[in-house]
Amino acid sequence: MTVSEHGSALADQLAQWRAYLADRPGVSAGDVAEVESHLLDQIDDLSQRGLSDDEAFLVAVKRLGRQDALARDFAEAHSERLWKQLVLAGATDVPGEGLRGLAGALGFGLGLGLAIRLPFLWLSSDDLRPVVLVGVVGFLVLAGWYAWLRRTVRPGALALVGSVAAAGLLTAGLYPFREPRHTEVLLAIHLFLALWLAVGAVYLGRDWRSVRHRMDFVRFTGELVIYYVLIALGGGVLAGLTISIFAMIEVDLTTAVSEWIIPICAGAGVVVAGWLVEAKKNVVENMAPVLTAVFTPLCTVVVLSFLGTVLFTGRFVDLDRTVLIFFDLLVALVFGLLLFAISARDPLGPPRAYDWMQVILVAATLLVDVLVLAAMAGRIGEYGASPNKLAALGENVVLLVTLARSLQLYLGFLTGRRPFSDLEMWQCRYLPVFGVWAMVVVVVFPPLFRFA
Amino acid sequence: MRVVKDLVAASATPMVLGILAEGDNYGYAIIRRVAELSGGELEWSEGLLYPLLHRLERDGLVSSHWGVAETNRRRKYYHLTERGHDAVAEHRKQWDVVVEALRAVWPEPPTTPVVAGGQ
Repeated sequence: MTVSEHGSALADQLAQWRAYLADRPGVSAGDVAEVESHLLDQIDDLSQRGLSDDEAFLVAVKRLGRQDALARDFAEAHSERLWKQLVLAGATDVPGEGLRGLAGALGFGLGLGLAIRLPFLWLSSDDLRPVVLVGVVGFLVLAGWYAWLRRTVRPGALALVGSVAAAGLLTAGLYPFREPRHTEVLLAIHLFLALWLAVGAVYLGRDWRSVRHRMDFVRFTGELVIYYVLIALGGGVLAGLTISIFAMIEVDLTTAVSEWIIPICAGAGVVVAGWLVEAKKNVVENMAPVLTAVFTPLCTVVVLSFLGTVLFTGRFVDLDRTVLIFFDLLVALVFGLLLFAISARDPLGPPRAYDWMQVILVAATLLVDVLVLAAMAGRIGEYGASPNKLAALGENVVLLVTLARSLQLYLGFLTGRRPFSDLEMWQCRYLPVFGVWAMVVVVVFPPLFRFA
Repeated sequence: MRVVKDLVAASATPMVLGILAEGDNYGYAIIRRVAELSGGELEWSEGLLYPLLHRLERDGLVSSHWGVAETNRRRKYYHLTERGHDAVAEHRKQWDVVVEALRAVWPEPPTTPVVAGGQ
């Protein structure tokens, strides 16, 4: 018996069943069609054994199991889809939701704001030690917030955050820095980068060891930055307004706003923005991929025209440290574009024109970067290394390696020799390298340059 | 007899790949084939099979295409890729090790009685 021979009552039941399953988060239209075809096969089998349509439908649906459970299984296999929808089905008691979530976000936010503001009441700031201390405390509060949000924290993830924080505090506190203190500035910047990556392990909760889930943290970071910038813009406008209207009634709030409200809100904003990203995943299509799509073509044009100009005019002279830092920023930007494009892409989708544009952008950037690196290496050989030069060079090499390998894997995908997930997995596996490099700069650079 | 969940999960990938090595196939038939191969002892749920198939597809071990069944319905067929064939060989090597080791450590099954040492 085929489906057309089944009655219309069955068609109605099927339609209801289909609509319910399609509504579950993490289930795509293709999944529903596939499971439906499975259900119909089962119904056909049962009908042939003499069951009525009704009975066959009931038995077949029963065998499929609860739709929630089925949808959950699908969602777990496709965590990227949830980013366009919402948290796992059935997980309605997630602490990040509802009033409790709001209270938690505000509580931790205020805690973070105070944690980074209050210490400056007692700390002098002739060097960067207070900044490092406050930054470490801030990241620890953030780690606590994610542990609370996930309701679970793996000892390994905590140990990771703890050891990075301890290494940072010990080196910043004990190293005898001297003018011009370049290595101290480098230490602070790189420590915060490493701490953020370590906090990612706490963010991932019970999946902290899963390589594939690292991409979720990348998505989260991208959205967090965008939300934070938007909130900061709004906050700035509101702060200005506040000062102005109170000035009209001759109350001067400038000090209160600039020394208290803004620093505390700047800290709280990190938590609130993160909470919004988690809670609102379903409301708006994610922003990072949209911005990526806008800036990939623009950035490609910039890099290609720069490359063309260099090759045409042969103008490639005054390469100093600042130039290299700008190139680091350019390469980091391209890396970011690539990363967010990868994180947003349907891993099973066929190659598209947009993929080719990514490849061209990465290839052109690599070419420019190799030219710069060669020039820079020559310069270091001639004048000796300074901490900033060497750090910039190291960053450049770390980015160059991942871009080169990504290009190779991307081409493999576009020519049909590899699945897209190879590229995704490479990016995920490579993420800790940034943390390791950052810690090298934190721990090894100061003694290497005699704390200058 | 009920096979424990962990064992079902561990054997699911090589089982699916092995079945697809016999030829292209679709979900419902794969579940039936599993039951048939195990004499009805292994009953897979759809929640196990379909996400697994999608994961294998994402990793490039299988590919899929929509076709039309003899009942005139649309049906999604899975095909073992070259990489999938390599994976079958690799799984087979690993399972051979496990099975050999278990055989060596377990006494002969009760149906063939163990002959006592001839003292």
